[in-house]
Amino acid sequence: MDFKGFDHPGRQAAGAARSVKVMIAGGFGTGKTTMVRSVSDIKPLTTEETLTQASADDDHLIGVADKTETTVSLDFGKIGINEELVLYLFGTPGQERFWFLWNGLFKGALGAVVLVDTRRLASSFRAIEEMERQNVPFVIALNVFPDSQQHPIEEIRDALDISPHTPIVACDARDRASSRDVLIALIRHLKERSAVALESR
Amino acid sequence: MSAPRRPTDPSGLERYYVLTGGRSGPGGSASSLDVATLIVSLTAPVPGMQHEHEEILRRCRDPLAVAELGAHLGLPFNILAVLLADLLEAGRVEARDPIPAHDAGRGPDLALLEEVLSGLQRL
Repeated sequence: MDFKGFDHPGRQAAGAARSVKVMIAGGFGTGKTTMVRSVSDIKPLTTEETLTQASADDDHLIGVADKTETTVSLDFGKIGINEELVLYLFGTPGQERFWFLWNGLFKGALGAVVLVDTRRLASSFRAIEEMERQNVPFVIALNVFPDSQQHPIEEIRDALDISPHTPIVACDARDRASSRDVLIALIRHLKERSAVALESR
Repeated sequence: MSAPRRPTDPSGLERYYVLTGGRSGPGGSASSLDVATLIVSLTAPVPGMQHEHEEILRRCRDPLAVAELGAHLGLPFNILAVLLADLLEAGRVEARDPIPAHDAGRGPDLALLEEVLSGLQRL
């Protein structure tokens, strides 16, 4: 094993390395993992959280552990922004009912992409509500599937009840450039929000 | 024929119990760890160290996010956080939280967003 590096405390890259986090949310099957995979520099990885839940069941058998272990998974990838900055992309767990257990999942995130399948708009309602509740800035990405119908964006905005300030973009989550463009739309949106916030101070 | 041996690599909950000495969650500085927190080793492993601690120090010579570390070591977040708490307390690793868009007191960081934007545009 080689630990030479420890003799050189001035390692530049390690010394300055920082990370930022973007969440990819959306309903089941809207393409969250597909988007992480297409835009990540690394093969997406999965990290697991073992959650212990006290049983809500009153009539459990005496002597049987009244706690259940549940494992939820997060798929994630990363993009090297420059030598010193890494962007981590986390797909939210499929089981939305566990989101509240992910202490700080959205805390510290720059923002989120909410993927929407226009054939099943309702599947992303919960994710949108969650972003609004947690005050996470987000953009809506309409993942266009081969049999998706073309809907005017404003019609979708109405149906999803999205504020006029929240960008809605169409994408193909399988495509790297298209997914990258969604992230660019998110960062531009964050910049605009920041600029507005600065002006109003 | 040799006598049955205690499994050296118990799996699942028993393994986690052994790894963490029965602790179920980290305390102190590790309780704020985020999946995107970067871990950087400050020292080389020393002889006699718990295998997982050694492995963390070896893998984090270059900064690695907690989530990546968990994926590589096959450990769930809360178990890993306990192990990281040990190393943080011993001053063997440094933890760097992800930069939030809005740093309290500092306001929105346009320079950071600009940096991310230009990186994405180069992809």
